[in-house]
Amino acid sequence: MTRIGALWFWVLACIVGVAPPSRAAESLPTLTVAAASDLQFALGEIASAFERAIGSAVKVSFGASGSFVAQITAGAPFDLFFSADEAIPQHLIEAGLAVPESFHRYATGRLVLWVPEGSPIDVAREGMKSLLHPSVRRIALASPIHAPYGKAAVAALQSSGFYDRLQPRLVFGENVAQAAQFVQSGNAEIGLLSLSHATAAPMKARGRFWLIPAEAAFPLHQAVVLLKRSGHPALSQSLIDFTRGEEGKAILERYGFTIPSEAK
Amino acid sequence: MNWDALWLSIRLASLTAVLLLLIGMPLAHWINASRWRWKFLAEAVIALPIVLPPTVLGFYLLIAFAPNRPLGAFYARIVGSPLPFTFGGLLVASILYSLPFAVQPLAAAFAGVDPRLIENSWMLRESRWRTFVRVILPLSRRGMMTAFVLSFAHTLGEFGVVLMIGGNIPGVTRTLSIDLYDQVQALNNRAAAETALVLLILSFFFLSIVAYINRSKGERLRGADR
Repeated sequence: MTRIGALWFWVLACIVGVAPPSRAAESLPTLTVAAASDLQFALGEIASAFERAIGSAVKVSFGASGSFVAQITAGAPFDLFFSADEAIPQHLIEAGLAVPESFHRYATGRLVLWVPEGSPIDVAREGMKSLLHPSVRRIALASPIHAPYGKAAVAALQSSGFYDRLQPRLVFGENVAQAAQFVQSGNAEIGLLSLSHATAAPMKARGRFWLIPAEAAFPLHQAVVLLKRSGHPALSQSLIDFTRGEEGKAILERYGFTIPSEAK
Repeated sequence: MNWDALWLSIRLASLTAVLLLLIGMPLAHWINASRWRWKFLAEAVIALPIVLPPTVLGFYLLIAFAPNRPLGAFYARIVGSPLPFTFGGLLVASILYSLPFAVQPLAAAFAGVDPRLIENSWMLRESRWRTFVRVILPLSRRGMMTAFVLSFAHTLGEFGVVLMIGGNIPGVTRTLSIDLYDQVQALNNRAAAETALVLLILSFFFLSIVAYINRSKGERLRGADR
């Protein structure tokens, strides 16, 4: 065998050697889930709990709910879609891409005003007026084009009556998680974010928030649907049930989601 | 067609290309002339944006230039506004992002100037500066055009950095490539198709110019050999 041949032999041997051994757990398929960015922390926990309980792994892609429509329309291999609103899952049902009976409200999200630690703004006292504080140069929110949280934030700004005045200061994250990152990194002084981000570990100790009254904002009733393309409808349905079950509800509530009464 | 976004992209790309030409010329000259032993490291730094994921650049800019960080505070004091979410910020990012596309053609063009002509100029007691301006630059016209067009086209195609530090502000940081992304996400396929076609035609047009400039240079040299 030539030197090069020997080298290739070892390279191949290494690749084969490190290939993951097939495990018994692989008999259960892995679920692939598309989810709204506000679920970043809660759904991660739900997925691990589901894995422990059922034994099937769950891979989650997070993004702006609206950004998944184009992907799902183009045949993205998701089993389930957890949206941050109800309109997008409805749209997927009407487009024949999702199973109508699988549609369920699983949570209601809340919008908050968030300021980082050290900010001179007393959000709890000032409420929406915080946005007018002289230290505010940039206001971060999610893109109203893709993200239900962006639509809700714009609705809240409009109902406060400050929208026109504040418009030049608005900066848009591609999704609510990017908007959160803009404020958390100090690039924006205040943000209209999801309560689930404000209560999650990376942000909880680093800032303060004020809950925007639900009537001021677009309602963030969040629904899940099973996608027709899914190869594992029964297993996917069990993840929906798990999310709406006691364990799932407890996790969602811990991240500030309200559980709709019909799901209780 | 979003004309605001098109105009913004063209303004950003042309300003970037002009500034890069000004920054790139001394840099390229230094690369050719310097005998510094660590020069290869500087060359690697200049070439970095070719391989570096744009998200890496975006991440560092966003963290380092936040108004509450020393560098960001310094920038905001000098420029008057923080780097993220501003046109000036995109300009800084684009200059970094397209740097090799200006410096490398310039360095190649300067290196291609016949050294005998440069030495003749020195013998005629012309200063290094006048030699650079009167001999090297005129003979590097093609390299300069290539550098300008490539950095323009590369900036026009910028996406990841703008997505991370732009904040998607209409007329300020919503460039054509970001607008296309929004249109696709919003299933606005008709508008997306128009924008994509404009970007495709512009990119093709600019790369044809580069190919044309460099093809005619090759032919010219072949003619001179004969």
